[in-house]
This record gives sequence, structure tokens and C-alpha cells, in this order.
Amino acid sequence: MRVPVKKTYKLFVGGKFPRSESGRTFEPADAPGTNVARASRKDLRDAIVAARAAQSGWAGRTGYNRGQILYRLAEMIETHAASLVDEIRACSRKSQAAAEREVEASIDLVTWYAGLPDKLQQLLGAQNEVSGPFFNFSTVEPSGVLCAAAPDAPSLLGALAVSVPLIAGGNTVVLLVSEASPLVGLALGELLAVSDVPGGTLNLLAGQRDELLPEMAKHRDVNGLLFAGTPDPELGAASADSVKRVRWADLPERDWSKLDKLCTLHWARPFVEVKTLWHPKAP
Amino acid sequence: MTQLPEKQSSTREESRPQLVFGERWVYEPAPQSLADVPAREKYDLFINGKWAAPKGRKHFDSVNPATEQVIARVAQAGKADVDAAVKAARVAQTKVWGPMAPRDRARYVFRIARLIQERSRELACLESLDGGKPIRESRDVDVPLAAGHFFYHAGWADKLHLAFPGSKPSPVGVVGQIIPWNFPLLMAAWKLAPALACGNTVVLKPAETTSLTALHLAQILEQAELPPGVVNIVTGDGRTGGALVEHPDLDKLAFTGSTAVGQSIQRSLAGSGKDLTLELGGKAAHIVFDDAALDQAVEGIVKGIFFNQGHVCCAGSRLLVQESIHDALLDKLLARIERIRVGDPLDKNTDMGAINSSEQLQRIEALVEAGVAEGCTLHQSTCTLPNKGYWFRPSVFSGVSLSHRIAREEIFGPVLSVMTFRTPAEAVEKANNTAYGLSAGIWTDKGSRILWMAERMRAGVVWNNTFNQFDPASPFGGFKESGFGREGGRQGLEAYLRFHDDTLVQG
Repeated sequence: MRVPVKKTYKLFVGGKFPRSESGRTFEPADAPGTNVARASRKDLRDAIVAARAAQSGWAGRTGYNRGQILYRLAEMIETHAASLVDEIRACSRKSQAAAEREVEASIDLVTWYAGLPDKLQQLLGAQNEVSGPFFNFSTVEPSGVLCAAAPDAPSLLGALAVSVPLIAGGNTVVLLVSEASPLVGLALGELLAVSDVPGGTLNLLAGQRDELLPEMAKHRDVNGLLFAGTPDPELGAASADSVKRVRWADLPERDWSKLDKLCTLHWARPFVEVKTLWHPKAP
Repeated sequence: MTQLPEKQSSTREESRPQLVFGERWVYEPAPQSLADVPAREKYDLFINGKWAAPKGRKHFDSVNPATEQVIARVAQAGKADVDAAVKAARVAQTKVWGPMAPRDRARYVFRIARLIQERSRELACLESLDGGKPIRESRDVDVPLAAGHFFYHAGWADKLHLAFPGSKPSPVGVVGQIIPWNFPLLMAAWKLAPALACGNTVVLKPAETTSLTALHLAQILEQAELPPGVVNIVTGDGRTGGALVEHPDLDKLAFTGSTAVGQSIQRSLAGSGKDLTLELGGKAAHIVFDDAALDQAVEGIVKGIFFNQGHVCCAGSRLLVQESIHDALLDKLLARIERIRVGDPLDKNTDMGAINSSEQLQRIEALVEAGVAEGCTLHQSTCTLPNKGYWFRPSVFSGVSLSHRIAREEIFGPVLSVMTFRTPAEAVEKANNTAYGLSAGIWTDKGSRILWMAERMRAGVVWNNTFNQFDPASPFGGFKESGFGREGGRQGLEAYLRFHDDTLVQG
């Protein structure tokens, strides 16, 4: 019998796969026996630096280009569907059929958002009729660097739901994957790496919410947060120091698999900024 | 950066030909008559459609900042008053205003717009009397724009379903609104008009130093026969605002004011599930390229920083000038500020009025002292200031660098900090080197450069070859620490609506 080669589960930061700078690993609740790199607050800060470095490049790409890159991600998920199903099952009690449904929904979600970036201006921007000799129009631009935290389950679809709408809007993101079931969330890095997603655009950390979320909330170079879970007064209060845009995805578990709840403009809108330009009209 | 010694700049000024009118062209006084402005000596609270004395029986003085004379006594609302106002707003929202046909809501809001137009003289006089801003500005900018906001939003009330296709919009509910003292009536209009059009009821807290026009607006609401409780106005100081922020039965809070207070509100609402929009401070970059129409740019710079005594969150307070035109532009600017007429806000020829309060004057003076202490060169108009009241000369600092306090902190007064740049990329870098992101200005004759620059400004409003323009149809609001949410335009409606398919919660 062949001895299989086992994978080391590492973080995904700036397009590379580092272990935690702390050297720590943890055995996830749903995948005992697997050592997963456990991100420290320093890893988080490094990831934020990577996301900031990638911000203007990602935001500066055309919507068409960002859409194609997200579509490429959907293609990669489709291609690697079988291994993702295995990884979902390796860290959850999902049946084969349920895991397959989750991967299919993930492909659907990424495809929906792949079609969004080049439509945001027309959906959320406007030309404004002002009372004077001015050309006046409003565009939308990304808020900047965001931190996101995925729900525990579904571990793949949930991770994508809290991050893809944000990067579709031109933001760069540091995502903490499911704490209980981090394997498939981290495996997403292997697909991002081959999808032309520029390094630093979407960074993946595994670890403990209690350790990392407060650091995300108080970090001064983070512009907004999207956390799965119930609104937490302390995290909200910490985020006020830099006036972050904060949203909570407080969905019951069954809704995390419903695409009509996950694929709406409301997931992108809080994390884009409306900018209004004025210019006089004159002969 | 090299500093311009005072002497050198004055020499340059002397060498430049100037128009000298001498004694032949002196402006005669042109005071606005207050004869039939129906001001009261004492104002109570406007709660549930009635005027009610505050339960704590306390009133405080409202002072004319141009004369330091008390013009009225205004009620200090306490916790119990705020509670009564929120209760009235809740009943009105669930029983009357929420269920009302959108068409009828629209008509009330249209009525308010018309009544503001009809009573515009009264409102303009009170605004200048209470806040110190020139009557020309109150009359020609603040009051007409306030009416415009109600008129614009009235029309949205029965068209909300068209604004957000696929998402059924509904009112947020009961909204607390806290507004600043720099545009008292206009900010009340910016807040009330969209809230009402979207079916919300409101408890509004005006700024302590400038409550009068909001209270006269309450009279207008009575005249418009707006149902009781739809708008409640509670006056008072920060304690009143605190009681409103902490009230458990609000669904949303909207605040315009300083970043520090905005942060404390965000902290106290965290985790409550209440909606929040914040329009906070700014430190706008006003960028002038060497190909700009210089005389127009100088007018824009003056409007950008001296409009409303610089008490403007989006004021163009950091002037970034391309190095090659720095000296020429500074000459023109310093000559221009000599011509700014500072004085009686009620004089129709006045360009710049009084500083809003003695506290604000002290803040301005402290930051200007810091600028001098840090080695920047201060240029001030030599105009004569009145003996009584709170005044500050139009002021320009040259030789400023990014790390100076006067380049980083919001002064909120008539003080401009001038810096230079060489390339467009450097202008972008310097403009965005701030925690704020409310507005920016760009002056250049080159269209492609305007669009390139504007795209890179991390700011919510970018004025190109113009500055400080406002319109109800034009969304206004900040990036970064200048806040979140927009006011005006279709985008501004989102702040006062919830959507059936929105699964996210703010917090």
C-alpha cells in the first residue's frame, strides 16, 4: 500500500505560504490530529501590511480585469472540486452530498461576484442633477484594507461569502478562516495562488477569533471589518478609534448556504465609498 | 522646506502693482434690519408637537458672538425630556408617519420647503444673529439650500422603490440626530429632510451655541401641520446629546461634528445593532497646479478657507501649490485677503463674520500659536476688528510642512496652511497623508490630469476648478476618519432606510 504524502496547513500572506512567525500550531476542534499554523497578532499585522501594499494595485485594476480574475477563481474551484469536498469532509461531519453542494454553491457565489466589479459604478454611482453650471457625478471606490472573519460553518462557502464581495469592490482583505474547521479555508490559498489574484489581495489566517479579532478591530490601518457572528460591543468600540466601517453577518447557520442571502449588493455596498466630483461648465 | 521670512514676502508685495482705492472707495454700512424678526426671549423644547418647558427648569443664554450680547434663553433638555421626545417619536413613527401614504409624507415635506422659502428673511437674520456668519451667506447659501434639501427629498418619499430596485426599502424607525453649530439650519435640513422622506421620525439636537433657527424651524413644522411627534427638538449642551446617544429606544443615530465626539458615539453604540452615520472632521488638500487659472484659483482658495470663517468641515485648509508658482500665488493671495471685509455679520457687505464662540476662538488661537512656535510664517490681514465679540483675522501660514500641527489638525477657523509640491504624484502623496478624507480641491487646466488626480484623492467630495459647492442632489460625506454614510442624492437615502434583503448588521 502506498503511503500518502500529507499536507502541512499553512497561512497565505502576500501570495506566499508562511507558517506562523510564532511557530505555534493548533489541532482544530473538527480535525483532530492535524497541525494547523496558528496565526499570531504579529502574523495579522504582517498580513495587513501585505494587504495595504496590494491595495492600490488591486483597486487600480479595471472592473473587467477584477471580474476575470474572480472568474478564474471560480474555474479553479470547479477544477479542484473533488479535493475541496474531501477537505470539507476532513474537518466536518458533512456527508459527501452535502459537501458537494457546498462546493457547488461556492462556485456559484464566486461566479456571481465575478460579474459584479464592472457594474458597481453603474449600480451605485450616479450623475447628479445639481442646481448650477456644474458637471457632477458620483463614483464608488474601495474603502481600502478590510479584515474579515468567517463563520465556523460552512467553512468554505462562509469564508468566500465574507471576503469575495469585499475584493469584488476593490478592497484587499485579511480573512480569518473558520476556527473550528480551518482546513478548506486555508486550502483556498492554493486556488488563489493559481487564479491571478495578486499577492496580498486576499490573505488567509487560521487561529483563534478571541486572539485575532480584537487586533483587527483596533489596528489603525484597517478601514473596515466584516465579521460572521453576533455584534460584539467591545470589538465595535475598539474599531471606533479609526472610524472603521463595521458590519456583522449574524446569519442562522441554514442561511449561510442560501445564495439569495449571500449574493446581494448589500454585502459590497458598506465597503465602498461614494466619491462625488464637481467641475464647472463654461464656454 | 525653505521658509519665507516675513520681510521678503512683504517686499515682494510692495513691488507688485496694486489697486489702491485709498479713502475714495469706502463701503458705507449696509446693516440688515432686524425690525420685524419675530425672535423670542425664551425658547422651550419642541416635543410631540407642543412647546414644553424642560423638566429640569433650566435655560441657558444664547449669545450673539459678534456683540457678546445675550439674544435669548434656550432650554437645557435633560434625560427625562429626551426620553419624552423619543417616546413621542416612537408613537408617531408606528402610528402615523410610518403607515402614512408616501404621497402624503411627500406633501408635508414639500410644505416645509415652501415655508422655509416664505420665512427665509427671518431665518437668515436669526442665523447670522445667533451664529455670527455674514448675512449674505445666510441669505444666499444656508437658507436657500435648506429649502432645497426639503424640496429635493420630498420628491423621493413616493419614489423610494425606484431608487433601490429589488430591495424593498422601509424606514429605519426612530432616529436621533445631533448637528453642529457651523451651519445650524442647513445641517438640520440635511438631517431632517431625508429622514422624513424615508418615513422615519426624529429627535433632533441642535448645537448649544446655535439653537435658534432649529427652533424657528419647529414653528415652521407647526405651520406645516406636521403630525405631533414626527420631529422633536431638544436643545442643550453635550449632556443632552449624551442622553440621546444612550437612549435605548433609538433605531439610528446620525451625527455631524468633530471626529473625537464621533468616535465616542461609535464606541457607545457598538454592538447595539443601531444604525450609525457620521460626518466628521476634515483637513482638505486644495491643490493648485502651475497651469491653473491663477486668479480664479485665488478666489477658490479664499472661498475654500474663509467661507463661513473657516468653520467648515470640508474647508480647503491645506493649500498645496506647485513649487514654480508658489511665490506668485502667495502674493496674489496675500493681496486678496487684505480685501476681505471682516466685521458685522448683519452688514450686507461683510465677507467674513464673527467666530462662533469664545471657546472656538481660543482653539484657533492656540493652534495658530503652535504654528508660529513650530517656525511657520504667519501672514494676516491688517483689517480692523470690532472691539466687542469674537474675531480672528484671515490668516495664511507659509513654510508649512506635513508634520506641523497646523497641517495635521483641524483648525476650524480662517487659517490656511500653505505647502508646495513638484509632481502630481507628490501632490497625491501629500494630499492623502492625513487621517481625514472629507474633501479635496484641484485646480488645473488639463482635463486628463483632473480625472487622474481626482481618482487618487481619498476623499468623499472632490471639487475641480471650484470649491465649497453644495447641492441636495450631490452626495456628501467622508472617507477614512471623516466618517461614513452620505448625505444628499440617492446615495444619501440609504442612511435612512433598511432593506428586506440586507442580512448584515452595523456595529
